[in-house]
Amino acid sequence: MLKSIENIGAIVISSLEQTGRTFNLLLIVFWELLQPPYRLYPIVRQMYFIGARSLTLIIVSGVTIGMVLGLQFYNILERFGAVDLLGAGVALSVIRELGPVMTSLMVVGRAGSSITAELGIMRITEQVDALECMAISPGKFLIAPKLVAGLLSVPLLTMVFDFVALFGGYFVGVYMFGLPEGSYMNGMTDAIEWVDVRLGLVKSVIFGLLITLICCARGFYMHLGKAGSQGAEGVSSVTTDAVVMSSIAVLFSDFLIGALI
Amino acid sequence: MKRLNLQLLTGIFVMLGLAAFSYQAVTIGGGNFRQQPGYTLMARFDNISGLRPGGIIEAAGVRVGTVSKIEFDPDNYQAIVTLRINEGVPVQEDAIAAVRTQGIIGEKYIKLTAGGFPDLLSDGMQITETESAVSLEELVSKYIFSGSSE
Amino acid sequence: MSTDNSQRNAISIRNLVVDYSQRRILSDVNLDIPMGQIMVIMGQSGAGKTTLLRCLLGLKKPTSGSLHILGTDIASASLREINKVRIQMGVAFQGGALFSSMSVAENIQLALREHTNLDEKTIEIMTRIKLDMVNMLPAEHLMPAELSGGMTKRAALARAIIMDPKLLFFDEPSAGLDPSTAAELDQLIITLKNTMRMTIVVVTHELDSIFKIADHIAVMSNGLIIETGTPQQITASTNPEIQGMLNRKPRETIVDTDTHLRRLTGGV
Repeated sequence: MLKSIENIGAIVISSLEQTGRTFNLLLIVFWELLQPPYRLYPIVRQMYFIGARSLTLIIVSGVTIGMVLGLQFYNILERFGAVDLLGAGVALSVIRELGPVMTSLMVVGRAGSSITAELGIMRITEQVDALECMAISPGKFLIAPKLVAGLLSVPLLTMVFDFVALFGGYFVGVYMFGLPEGSYMNGMTDAIEWVDVRLGLVKSVIFGLLITLICCARGFYMHLGKAGSQGAEGVSSVTTDAVVMSSIAVLFSDFLIGALI
Repeated sequence: MKRLNLQLLTGIFVMLGLAAFSYQAVTIGGGNFRQQPGYTLMARFDNISGLRPGGIIEAAGVRVGTVSKIEFDPDNYQAIVTLRINEGVPVQEDAIAAVRTQGIIGEKYIKLTAGGFPDLLSDGMQITETESAVSLEELVSKYIFSGSSE
Repeated sequence: MSTDNSQRNAISIRNLVVDYSQRRILSDVNLDIPMGQIMVIMGQSGAGKTTLLRCLLGLKKPTSGSLHILGTDIASASLREINKVRIQMGVAFQGGALFSSMSVAENIQLALREHTNLDEKTIEIMTRIKLDMVNMLPAEHLMPAELSGGMTKRAALARAIIMDPKLLFFDEPSAGLDPSTAAELDQLIITLKNTMRMTIVVVTHELDSIFKIADHIAVMSNGLIIETGTPQQITASTNPEIQGMLNRKPRETIVDTDTHLRRLTGGV
């Protein structure tokens, strides 16, 4: 009994520590980013990895989600005789919710996990120490480009996702169910306001920062984790952890942003 | 070569993202920032039930403007609606602005009906003839008791 | 005293204590490493060699004590000051620690690119010179994953000396290498001392290379330096523990049968 209370306490303390470390890392990296020299190429490289290489996945999943939404919304709206609202329904749910959330989850799975694994391996093979000994800040050299790239790539990917999802819905509505083209497009244009697009944009920027930050911090600080989870096993457990944590962070902050804005 | 390739692909990715974004912002969002040339008119309503900023203004079923602002007038207990009318759309002094509903559960919009006076309203002036929102219940009861609608 | 000291000694350690989660790893270490010579820190696994090295590199803050490297006290200096010292240091890690996303040449150039404004051509020439010194010129464009163990160590050495450091740290240079490659590396270390006048600190437990390269030896055991001196002095030492290490005897565990039995049965 006492033992289990102790365990709960230990878990709470270690997760608080982790959160503190993560945001501390953000502050450090942000500060270091302001110091010269400024380099663009590392950011481009990371954007290629996080963004460009995720495009196919995002396009395929975007079209699929759009088509599924089109199908489901059509079936529901048909019961109320309001199929005219199909465009509005698909567009609203994609732009406000599904676009940013789905894109972020995809990026977590594809790029986030490998960011954590990469940094974790660099840590255990002393590559991080080597950087420090060369008087190069690992924060600026390793993490800053990833954070900036995540911050920029996730919103861009979200926009692509939104676009192709709307196209998927359009395809289902207009070609499968024979809805007049104008009613889908007008429903979309009338329902979506700039505030909706802006909400989606704000969400995706925050998600982008959050997932790269969590994935970077988990990998970078893997040596501070539980004793006994070092080495290759440590990297794999820290990677799993990072994916779980950043997915939860995305979903929870999605709710928070939705509630606050 | 490898470096160039990488930069090229990243560039394509960024352009794609920006293009998708501008499509949404301009076409769908119908952005408030992309304000069409036009002028503003005011109108007072007793009841606008459910009309919102950004709502559509139609004349003869064609979109001719948007609702830009809604305020509450505590003195008269009325709603003051600011209407943004597109350029080239004349609104006569006795034109009627009515709050209507698209379909049964659809959104509220403002329907403009032309008046007969030759004098036109200009920027900042007020439409005096207004019809408030008609609720479904009122409509039904009107139909039942008078045997005619509108 | 400190100015006099820093002229003769590249590194001087005084009363260094390091605790790690309530366990004392280093207790009261004192050591002077003279300029331009090779100091080998030897000792069995778990003696605290690695911890001492990490303190010297500024990767670990000691609990107490002072640690002067090239005149700066690393133990109390700010990161900015530590980095000023680090630019004059080169480190070759045990596993090489080459950046796996960069080619051998890119690895070696990194410090030059980050800390100097040299043009591309100069950087390339300097890289080739260092690669040539370690006999790695043909491997210039290989990735670290394509290198053998010995090549990795040599590439790491080339990276460590790219800035012509005053101080070179080498962690386990011959660990995991075949005897001839290990001998090659030992020769390389001696050449570096003679041609570039570097102060070299080598951490190792390989007896063969220790006596080939060392000018001075510091023997560590249980978080303490138990003996320092020239190779001759160390060989002549009467300390039984050192004699045990030199003669490759297993560590004696002085536990009486009773206690041992109780330990095995878990005190039942």
